[in-house]
Amino acid sequence: MAEKIYNWLDERLGLEAIYGTVLDRKVPKVNWWFTLGSASLFLAGMQAVTGIFLTMYYVPSPDKAYDSIQYIMNDVAFGWLIRGIHHWGASLMVVIVFLHMLRTFFYGAYKYPREITWLTGTFLLLFTLGMGFTGYLLPWNQRSFWATMVGTEIAGTVPLMGDFILKVLRGGTDLSAVTLARFFSAHIWILPAGIVSMISVHMYLIIRLGISNIPSEEE
Amino acid sequence: MAKKASSPNLSRRDFSKIVMAFLGSIMGAFVGLPIIGYIISPALKTQKIDDWVSLGALDGYPIGTPKLFSFTRTKVNGWERTTNSFGVFVLRKSASDLVVLSNVCTHLSCRVKWIEENQAYVCPCHDAEFGIEGKVLYGPPPRPMDEYEFKIEDGNILIHLTEG
Repeated sequence: MAEKIYNWLDERLGLEAIYGTVLDRKVPKVNWWFTLGSASLFLAGMQAVTGIFLTMYYVPSPDKAYDSIQYIMNDVAFGWLIRGIHHWGASLMVVIVFLHMLRTFFYGAYKYPREITWLTGTFLLLFTLGMGFTGYLLPWNQRSFWATMVGTEIAGTVPLMGDFILKVLRGGTDLSAVTLARFFSAHIWILPAGIVSMISVHMYLIIRLGISNIPSEEE
Repeated sequence: MAKKASSPNLSRRDFSKIVMAFLGSIMGAFVGLPIIGYIISPALKTQKIDDWVSLGALDGYPIGTPKLFSFTRTKVNGWERTTNSFGVFVLRKSASDLVVLSNVCTHLSCRVKWIEENQAYVCPCHDAEFGIEGKVLYGPPPRPMDEYEFKIEDGNILIHLTEG
């Protein structure tokens, strides 16, 4: 019976073909450093799931942000776990994505024909850092407030248009309710949209081109 | 890669699949089950007020004239605190015979006032009037003023506050 259902679905959806293309690919003999990409994807998925559930109780407003997180940590069942995974997963994701870039660089895996994979990867690294920067403000405690104050001021040191960049980031001269709201928006909508689209291209290219060999002395 | 169907042992590939499925299920459960609790936990909390509120010494209330006592109670919903104010009229009919009435009009919840000349509680919204023990004398209220259950302990009046 189960086989009949599976065959019915497979005939219409092409499940075997998807499985064969996506998972049953030929790979060269590689090492554990080649698992960092999958690890990054897994962490991105964890951040997405835990992040979606955090928005159920979090309120991006200066007078409620801190209290709503206290509520998540102390009163909601497993709130500490969901936020804990999101908090530590964020730091881990930056580390893993960075190591993934280093592996690609030192194995020369960015070369022809994988330049666009590398290019989308650089965007993914920048978006990941952007997620870290915007997410850091959301708890609205002293540390996040002053970190964002410093971070936006650093952006303000860009020659000529620095002041404009600072104002765009903050949504005005001051770090205010407007800043919190736009960082939240960037954190849950704008940057994730960029990450999802870049991951799609990145993954498509990995499936299309396969992964690179470890460079050897003969080459 | 043809499957070695003849081999009696588990193939490396099948072993990997089983291990992956097993570890994946554990990780999925580790995150998935807490999420269910996370979503439903606020629904499981009881937020009903069920409290005995002290109105102070019985001797502080005159006999024969209603006296207003006001207090507040704060309700917490997540990160929101709502403070509600309550007002009760305490009428001491004799030394220990009391009537404790809510000052909320039973028509549209305006606050009534004791008017000595009329010997009535008067609602400013629609000119309703209630008698000294809460009976409707005039106007649109559908029922008499709400009464609180009370007890006297060590010379203090306590009223039973229920509802949210």
